[in-house]
Amino acid sequence: MRSAEALVAAALVAATVLLAAGPAQAEYGDVVLNRRSEANGVRPVVFPHWFHRIRFRCKVCHSELGFTMRAGANDVKMDDITQGRFCGMCHNGTVAWGPDRCDLCHSGLPGLKSGIVGGHGTSGPGKW
Amino acid sequence: MPWSRGVRGLVMACLAALPLAAPAQSGAWRPLAKDGVHDPRSPAIGVLQEPGQALSQLPPDTAGNYVKWVEALEKGVISPRTSIKPETQIRLREDVIVVSKFGSMPAVSFPHRQHTLWLDCANCHEQPFVSKAGANRLSMQKILDGEQCGLCHGAVAFPLTECNRCHNTSNAALQRARQGDAKR
Repeated sequence: MRSAEALVAAALVAATVLLAAGPAQAEYGDVVLNRRSEANGVRPVVFPHWFHRIRFRCKVCHSELGFTMRAGANDVKMDDITQGRFCGMCHNGTVAWGPDRCDLCHSGLPGLKSGIVGGHGTSGPGKW
Repeated sequence: MPWSRGVRGLVMACLAALPLAAPAQSGAWRPLAKDGVHDPRSPAIGVLQEPGQALSQLPPDTAGNYVKWVEALEKGVISPRTSIKPETQIRLREDVIVVSKFGSMPAVSFPHRQHTLWLDCANCHEQPFVSKAGANRLSMQKILDGEQCGLCHGAVAFPLTECNRCHNTSNAALQRARQGDAKR
């Protein structure tokens, strides 16, 4: 009886510790873009969905700006951005910082793979 | 039974701590420098907004970003822009579609309203979904693979662990409603 109680107690302590430990990694919905970044000598881009959706609804980027809703499906080049397309619609030095502030977007750890990262235990659909 | 009482005390303490632990989790957004994707040596650290600073101000949730995004929008805690081009037409739709009826799980009710608050019709129609109720063959396997609803749910919208947020409609009640219709 006592060992059963001890087992229950141990399980509860473990569960408490695990739950208190919190989310493991990057913020849910963060996207890493590294198709060209490192090959061109800059850090990978980390795009935070959470930051942008506080300020813009999904439809602004995914309808008006033409971003396909699949990480990796948008082949955005710096030329596009400096010419006001994709990120450049806002990241132009007026609405948000301009493309001269390289480090603010290119802030990822070297060696990261492109794709959507962060989040929940079962958030890992194979295609992402 | 002094030892047993001690164990019981520990059990009670853990049970008391569990509800505390869960909100602690919801408040535990990683600092950017320690999130495993940002380079701690990047000059952006200290300039970029920290997730905890922004997200702790929003209605709390238990999964995803630990934010109830629709509630944040509806309560006006956030007011994200709906468009950026002057010519863009804002399209909203209010109906609810009940799908996946009479399976082993409760049926899914899909609310257009919450979805069109964030998205435009063109984000879902005609790909991945055709604009006809009942015409789309939904598959949980595809969703788990990041297709269909899984394009967003499991990536940016609440994750696929939250089964009953979509599977929220009693099949028995639907069955009764159907029989009621038949009698009439």
